[in-house]
Amino acid sequence: MSKFSHEKFEKNSILLLVGILVMVAIGGLVEIVPLFLVKSTIEKVEGIRPYSPLELEGRQIYVREGCYVCHSQMIRSLRAEVERYGHYSLAAESMYDHPFQWGSRRTGPDLARVGGKYSDDWHRVHMDDPRAVVPESIMPGYPFLAKTPLNYSDLVMRLKANRVAGVPYTDEMIATAVEDLEAQSNPDADWDGLLERYPGAVTRDFDGNPEVISELDALVAYLQMLGTLVDYDVFEPEADGNQR
Amino acid sequence: MSDKPKIDEISGVETTGHSWDGIEELNTPLPKWWVWTLMATVVWSLGYVVLMPAIPFPGGDGWSYTKGLLGYSQREIVTRQVEANEAALDVYRDQIAALPIEDVQNNDELFQVALASGRSLFGDNCAPCHGSGAQGAVGFPNLNDDDWLWGGTLEDIQVTITHGIRWEADDETRINDMPAFIKDELLSSEEARAVVEFVLQLSEQDHDAALAAEGETIFADQCAMCHGEGGEGVAMMGAPNLTDAIWLFGGDRETIMESVALGRRGQMPAWAGRLSEGDIKELAIYVHSLGGGE
Repeated sequence: MSKFSHEKFEKNSILLLVGILVMVAIGGLVEIVPLFLVKSTIEKVEGIRPYSPLELEGRQIYVREGCYVCHSQMIRSLRAEVERYGHYSLAAESMYDHPFQWGSRRTGPDLARVGGKYSDDWHRVHMDDPRAVVPESIMPGYPFLAKTPLNYSDLVMRLKANRVAGVPYTDEMIATAVEDLEAQSNPDADWDGLLERYPGAVTRDFDGNPEVISELDALVAYLQMLGTLVDYDVFEPEADGNQR
Repeated sequence: MSDKPKIDEISGVETTGHSWDGIEELNTPLPKWWVWTLMATVVWSLGYVVLMPAIPFPGGDGWSYTKGLLGYSQREIVTRQVEANEAALDVYRDQIAALPIEDVQNNDELFQVALASGRSLFGDNCAPCHGSGAQGAVGFPNLNDDDWLWGGTLEDIQVTITHGIRWEADDETRINDMPAFIKDELLSSEEARAVVEFVLQLSEQDHDAALAAEGETIFADQCAMCHGEGGEGVAMMGAPNLTDAIWLFGGDRETIMESVALGRRGQMPAWAGRLSEGDIKELAIYVHSLGGGE
């Protein structure tokens, strides 16, 4: 037989083996090589820092309650989204997220830049009963968050785990983690050290009850910093490293 | 297996020569359309790699990639689109930003533009707290009525939107501090109860007249400085009118007691950084037009 036929592969095991190797190598290169280049795909922007301990615990509640099922954290580079939610999300903005919270569905609005958009009061009322402020909302209420003291006994482990995953928590940050968490939502605390370690962290009592660090404190602290770290007045979208 | 391919008698297709219980396996090739579709996708992908951004590699400033002959960049496109849209909006927005806000309202064309853009800005930025119809909610003022905490003139509304209320990040934010009279031990529970009865009397609700009379002197000492001697409110201080039937947190005995005992500290974000001056003026004009503007 002169023309090409799969019979040749089927009857010659060495040829079949070589063929398989070539195919797997191509597939592997396409899937594996980009992983080594991920670092280089992250924009070099100023302001991105690891989550403060309270924000990190709040993020954990965000994950625990499955907020990502209905809310995305990814403003795509499409005009309609940029007009509504603000500057499109950068890879750098989720570089310390393990796992990332981009989400895949928007039953509720995108939250990538919700930080500072609403007052703490609003979050407080809205978490207790979303329909108290947004009558047409279909979001479930989370009234228990304000009543549940935050359990942060695993905080140090969590920071260490994040460090293993590549988040640059320093030994100092880990040593002061508990102290920093307790200071952030305490209106009478000294925040200098916290702000030095986590520049731009929002420090105040978030849930209207300074006596207890509640789960709501942590969640609101997290929500109020989302998308606020990069200063877009100095970000250059045209720069080579920032184009996609 | 013989050297010559066998042909199946019924279908006329070549067989592999394998036979099970007299059933022979046909050697049917893939349909030609399928093979050619596959080939076409391969060719397409090659063309795509050449024309579009495709392969990342380290280089340059730590990052580079094959840019493709078309020079396509989603981010560049969206940046252009947003710029074009902003430029179109700026035709009016710049005029609005440059004029004093009263003049904008007196200019028919600009006024219509401000109403239309103000409406869409409101839906995006204000509706979550103040409601999609600006009807407000407990703790978040209704903007349709003529009761204004910090004043309802165009300029007052513009200042409120620009700097927010109790928004610490803004130096010029509107701020007042209703004391937590019981919590901070400025009043005893008995005194507070008397003041509450007086406030109920002010707003013409059922009240205990004897207690209210007692509360009147306490009100004059403790509350009148902000709320006014008659309790009619002082917009400069952001102190609400207590004589009408409009209540931000509720006007029943229990809620008023809560307000007196713990104070109230509602917040509104400063929008100066998020919205441009023109945007804010458009919003102020829209809110002013809702029915209650002074």
